[in-house]
Amino acid sequence: MNARRFSWTRWVSIVIKEFIQLKRDRLTFGMIVGIPVIQVLLFGFAINSDPKSLPTALVSLDNGRYTRTIVSALANTGYFRFVREATSMEEADLLIERGQVQFVVTIPAGFERALVRGDRPQLLIEADATDPSATGNALAAVNQALATALAHDLQGVTADLASAPPTVDVRIQRRFNPEGITAFNIVPGLLGVILTMTMVLMTGLAMTRERERGTFENLLATPALPVEVMTGKIVPYILIGLIQVTLALLAARYIFSVPIEGSLLLLYGVVLVFIAANLTLGITFSSIARNQLQAMQMTFFFFLPSILLSGFMFPFRGMPEWAQVIGSVLPLTHFLVLVRGILLKGTSLHELYSSIWPIFAFMGAILLLGLRFYRKTLD
Amino acid sequence: MNADLVVDVQGLNKHFGPRHVVKDFSLQVRRGEIFGFLGPNGSGKTTSIRMLCGLLTPDSGSGTCLGHDVIRETASIKREVGYMTQRFSLWEDLTIRENLDFVARMYGMRQRRAVVDRAIDALGLGSRRDQLAGSLSGGWKQRVALASCMLHEPKLLLLDEPTAGVDPKARRDFWEEIHALAATGISVLVSTHYMDEAERCHRLAYIAYGALLTSGTVDEVVAQQGLSTWTVTGSGLPQLQEQLESLDGVADVTQFGNALHVSGVDAAALERDTAPLRANGAQRWERSEPTLEDVFIHLMRDTKDNFQ
Ligand SMILES: Nc1ncnc2c1ncn2[C@@H]1O[C@H](COP(=O)(O)OP(=O)(O)O)[C@@H](O)[C@H]1O
Ligand SMILES: [Mg+2]
Repeated sequence: MNARRFSWTRWVSIVIKEFIQLKRDRLTFGMIVGIPVIQVLLFGFAINSDPKSLPTALVSLDNGRYTRTIVSALANTGYFRFVREATSMEEADLLIERGQVQFVVTIPAGFERALVRGDRPQLLIEADATDPSATGNALAAVNQALATALAHDLQGVTADLASAPPTVDVRIQRRFNPEGITAFNIVPGLLGVILTMTMVLMTGLAMTRERERGTFENLLATPALPVEVMTGKIVPYILIGLIQVTLALLAARYIFSVPIEGSLLLLYGVVLVFIAANLTLGITFSSIARNQLQAMQMTFFFFLPSILLSGFMFPFRGMPEWAQVIGSVLPLTHFLVLVRGILLKGTSLHELYSSIWPIFAFMGAILLLGLRFYRKTLD
Repeated sequence: MNADLVVDVQGLNKHFGPRHVVKDFSLQVRRGEIFGFLGPNGSGKTTSIRMLCGLLTPDSGSGTCLGHDVIRETASIKREVGYMTQRFSLWEDLTIRENLDFVARMYGMRQRRAVVDRAIDALGLGSRRDQLAGSLSGGWKQRVALASCMLHEPKLLLLDEPTAGVDPKARRDFWEEIHALAATGISVLVSTHYMDEAERCHRLAYIAYGALLTSGTVDEVVAQQGLSTWTVTGSGLPQLQEQLESLDGVADVTQFGNALHVSGVDAAALERDTAPLRANGAQRWERSEPTLEDVFIHLMRDTKDNFQ
């Protein structure tokens, strides 16, 4: 008896059926093309905010007393939170590329000696400027804070120097988005927002539509297995997701001149993982919801926190802790890090693992939930 | 277990939330038989049929459908049963051909194309095969739906109100098809509201408020209730109906066209109580055999009294 074995014939026919139905559904088709283009155009503008306590790494090549002065002066601005001490500039580079810190402060060798001599030594601050609104205010506060702190410390020993500011030459290097263009940050983020919205919504409606029209009963009366129906219905939407990403990328590249630094192949790979996570969620909503309206409500219930808490709308590090905890569960949060990394920083695969596994974890948990709720009967 | 029973279930129960929708439902359908399933709306016909083909899991009870256990072997049942839903359940945004093709693929049919083509030709829809199913009229939808649940050559057909809202000519054609199918050895369980359809079944069952009230051949069902009936024709029937309804010996009074059917459970009491009205000679009174409809009206009124 092989009645319960997965059948590729059945699976393929479900996929074909979905494609035919999609082809005849003009409105949905319009949405697929319209949403990415319109959103990219609409959102290509700035949204600002003032996040504090941004993680900062210190590379101190001179362990004099003024290093401590500088670190505490920066920390006192409230913008910098020193979380790591790197032993080399290379190590610090890696931290900023992975997105683990927002700033790297480098105090060069011989800093103290040069300072005391009045040579105005350089102090290097590198900022991850992918999201310019996250770094702008912090950088603006640096000069004033340093001048005040050093003036106080230099009194006595080198009082004459203190009265003639500036005593250090602060070099700020905005990395990944040197001109601080907000569209560079927003537009890649939109990829994730568009996918979240359309993928979850469309699959959310896929199963409830059958239920509302009464065709689900027919489907259930055939030998089709739940897993065939669920996955078969997902396939067309994977293709739709890829089309949307391509449209959004084209708009980003040719309208906003957003750079594409990293590998496109890697980008599409990451996009596929993200699409899969959202489709899993959509099909699960679809199994839980009793009708299309409920599926729509669930989608928006998920969509709002995704937009607000993922770092798309507000810089992630600017949010209160509880919001960051919620945000870190959402796939969009990690997808944003991945996409911005690949597009703007040219990050490579092995630097991205820490952002990929949470998406897989989310997908696994939701899939279990979905299979638990899929109704094999009409009960 | 009797090998000649295509459906053999005992004591099926189904609740939806607090509502007990099907109560201790037992049913036997024999091979090659057309079995009628009657009862007012909301009495649990659809729910019972869904339990037979594995679309709903009974809360309790046991039994077999085509020899497969109705609780554990639903996958096997689905392969061998053709189920036509009460509501049209083919995909309206697919063409007739695409619908039949999809269903045939779901059952893993060999020579799928040939089977689908034959079905379309048999329907006489050759020229309209590429028309969307949603644009068909009610009668055609029913026929396509029947064709689709026949594709995989099921041994048992479960038809849920297949002729609701279909014109009389289409209804007659439909029943001729069903009889032709039964003649080839296929068993049919069909729910309906129409008395003329009930009379075309080999056997039937009547269900109301979730409980099976009676079953058997038409004659058996009529005989079981032991009704006596008079048919009254003439003038002043509405006033007469009112007068009759207040009499103890009269159980039901129903108007059929230009006649009243007056029934009672006790023939003697009926005769005694109606004697004065018969004597005044304003109408023609004749003893008649109770019809199936008289019996069902009686059953329905009886159970309403018991359940409400
Ligand atoms: N899925 C369901 N959920 C809740 N109640 C239901 C469901 N299906 C049917 N019912 C209720 O069960 C009762 C019997 O319905 P049904 O079996 O469709 O009767 P029939 O087919 O004889 O008209 C009805 O009152 C109906 O409202
Ligand atoms: Mg019904």
